[in-house]
Amino acid sequence: MAFDETKTEDFKVVGQRVKRPDGVDKVTGKAKFGADAVAPGMLFAAVVRSPHAHAGIVKIDTSKAEALGGVKGVVTRADFATGLTGGDLDVLENVMAGEKALYDGHAVAAVAATSQLIARDAAKLIEVEYEVLPHVTDVDMAMASDAPVIREGAADQSVPEGMHANVVRYHESGHGDIEAGFAEADLVVEDSFKTEATHQGYIEPHACLAQLGGDNKGELWCCTQGHWNVQKLCAAMLGLETSQLRVTASEIGGGFGGKTAVFIEPVALALSRKTNRPVKLVMSRSEVFRATGPTASTSMDIKIGMKKDGTITAGQGTFRLQGGAFPGAPMEFTAMCAFAPYNLQNVKQVGYDVMANRPKQAAYRAPGSPMAAFAVESVIDELCKKLGLDPIEVRLKNASKQGTKASFGPTWDRIGLVETLEAAQSHPHYSAPLKEGQGRGISCGFWFNHGGETSVTLALSEDGTAQLSVGTPDIGGSRASMAQMAAEELGIPYENIRTTIADTATLGYNEVSHGSRVTYASGLATIKAARSAVKILCARAAAKWGIDEDAVVWENGCAKPSGPNAGEFDPLPIDKLTRSMGRTGGPIVGHFEATPEGAGVSFATHIVDAEVDKETGQTKVVRYTVVQDAGKAINPAYVEGQFQGGAAQGIGWALNEEYIYGEDGRLQNSVFLDYRIPVASDLPMIDTVIVEVPNPGHPYGVRGVGETSICPPLAAIANAVSNAAGVRLKELPMSPPRILAALENQAKNG
Amino acid sequence: MIHVNTKVNGDDVEFLCDPRETLLDALRDKLGLTGAKEGCGTGDCGACSVTMDGRLVCSCLVLGAEADGKEIDTVEGMAEGENLHILQEKFIEHAALQCGICTPGILVATKNLLEKHPEPTETQVRYWLAGNLCRCTGYDKIIRAVMETAADLRKAS
Repeated sequence: MAFDETKTEDFKVVGQRVKRPDGVDKVTGKAKFGADAVAPGMLFAAVVRSPHAHAGIVKIDTSKAEALGGVKGVVTRADFATGLTGGDLDVLENVMAGEKALYDGHAVAAVAATSQLIARDAAKLIEVEYEVLPHVTDVDMAMASDAPVIREGAADQSVPEGMHANVVRYHESGHGDIEAGFAEADLVVEDSFKTEATHQGYIEPHACLAQLGGDNKGELWCCTQGHWNVQKLCAAMLGLETSQLRVTASEIGGGFGGKTAVFIEPVALALSRKTNRPVKLVMSRSEVFRATGPTASTSMDIKIGMKKDGTITAGQGTFRLQGGAFPGAPMEFTAMCAFAPYNLQNVKQVGYDVMANRPKQAAYRAPGSPMAAFAVESVIDELCKKLGLDPIEVRLKNASKQGTKASFGPTWDRIGLVETLEAAQSHPHYSAPLKEGQGRGISCGFWFNHGGETSVTLALSEDGTAQLSVGTPDIGGSRASMAQMAAEELGIPYENIRTTIADTATLGYNEVSHGSRVTYASGLATIKAARSAVKILCARAAAKWGIDEDAVVWENGCAKPSGPNAGEFDPLPIDKLTRSMGRTGGPIVGHFEATPEGAGVSFATHIVDAEVDKETGQTKVVRYTVVQDAGKAINPAYVEGQFQGGAAQGIGWALNEEYIYGEDGRLQNSVFLDYRIPVASDLPMIDTVIVEVPNPGHPYGVRGVGETSICPPLAAIANAVSNAAGVRLKELPMSPPRILAALENQAKNG
Repeated sequence: MIHVNTKVNGDDVEFLCDPRETLLDALRDKLGLTGAKEGCGTGDCGACSVTMDGRLVCSCLVLGAEADGKEIDTVEGMAEGENLHILQEKFIEHAALQCGICTPGILVATKNLLEKHPEPTETQVRYWLAGNLCRCTGYDKIIRAVMETAADLRKAS
């Protein structure tokens, strides 16, 4: 096989449901997560947080805390780098407040002591004098003319004149003539929607163990989706040279985008430098809710025109996203994903990034896309209902295909939306009878997927096994899929590969595990690294046989002459070649460093049946089916797991989960009892169908699968609930009070 | 400081703890048993599940001092030597974990379920595990792993 070839069939290891290599460690309690590390002489830290949504910091008195026995050091903003600008300044402002506290939970000081209890006691002794300022937490209110300004001058040049200072970025895209499109329609539906902020809800709170000396050389252990990003940001916050800080990623207890930022890591490093001791800092659950990054809340207006035959003539969307007290709400993703599944001649989308007194939003699984799908797919459902059309037929009629000009500009390569719709249509779920009180909903969803900077090294051992070093933290079983791809290329058993997540000192730069990029980009890098090792193996065999390198092929873990003309030699198995490698040219290591840019976009179609109790407003999801294009499923069991996990998070977002702020601007529900994520008894089994339309940008056709699975659920469930309740639900979550209010409103107004 | 004598996974152990420290803190910080995790500290997530005299508890809601004279079992005691407990095997086989942070608590809770109810229905399993949050899997593969373990154990007995 040529070294740049695409492989689409005859897989031996890829496609198998192999057992994950870290399985035993994870089921026996041996696996070391963020909070599981210790160091000799370690101190424990606690953070002091603002109880106000918006307040000037007048004075911080640390004297009482410092006088407490066991306290070794206190840090405030004065202990971090000065002179930062742009994005780095925003990160530092969020990590440790400067002149103002910008949200309930914003860090203002931190203390390190000889025990966790002493650190907590000391935190209570730090006296902060605040000047409380007016605040705003709702997206629409934050844009109103009388809203308090979170920070003057935060807006960039994209924002049209006349907008409130809290509107900090603006996006516009689309093509065609939307007014002409609406004029062609037989029916135009226009409506407004809102979604509340939700949290990624990873079960492991942020945790780290930091060591930094006066020589500005440091070591950091933390749970993160990307340790090179942590290294870069922490170095900037502390004024270090990037290379002097070595960061090791622990096992990570969930991230979903929320562990792509830094929060406590620079604080622990500052405390360590000040005390000259290792410092462990672990967030409480309440701190996770109040002070890490939930998703943006939204307010959206959608207008869609349709002909009687189901053809969509025009689509327009306005998306206002509140992303906390800093710029960065992913409104451009919301706008770009909104109409991506459809082939539209006339489409326009507008986005606003709005600041409010809430924690800085962070990525959450396909950031921005689920909300867009909720609004757009609700309106499409309404149009189908009013025109008496089948929702899957309408979506098939308008579906994006290869060659379609996407709503935000590019022309699609090979994509698999139609295949997911057809699979959903023929799935028994779609035609199964519904019981009294139940409704069915469907929705499509879209996510871009991503490549990004990637480095991988594959070193062969003398016995013919391989050590694979990748730099993307394994969030959901990726070490298994990497080993499968390496085994496939090397032609050796899966068990003969050991995959390690390398630290920042032992591998080139790697972008964060986000954008559904790991199986795509680290996978591609693994395949290419293995092929570069195979090339060396072939060269060693060629030298031994005295033939040309090009006359050697690699098959089933052996070097072989490429044909009769190459000469008659017995195949040389990998271990024969590696045992002699010290004498034949030295260690054999394959590697790959690049920024793969062929991530294939992915689409999904979900079907859901929901049952609504009209007396209590309670909703139960009774049946759920996920159909999604994976390109090529390297390990189908873990692809299914991603499908099911995304659907479950979507169910929580649609029905239960929300950030509830009081009039005082404080978060009211910062514990799992009050912020209720789905539990086992809330959910049905979640059926999955893996569609495989190969991505031309990956040697095996892989598309990322992690994020697309959360794009359709909000809309699919809203459509099911609206069908069951007989009234359109336009706000998420569709909690019992909201459903009862919608029913009451309908009864009043007919 | 309180002097506590207790038994963990069959071994006699002793430790000193502050009256405010939880059993979870004691297990993790005094005894180095970090298999039980703190996901919430309020008894809502079940990641810290252990059994105390055979009763399933959230160790974040039990004081370290309360362990005195009791028998505590944690995830570290499930496997016998190099042989995994059948539940541990089934969780790996069924891909019933993704990040794995909730897995120790879910395994301890499930073992306790099967000891008390060897023939659980799917609904029983779902309600028994309603106090153990998993954010990755949507529970589907967990439920399948538990149901198959229960069936295999019945066949074996």
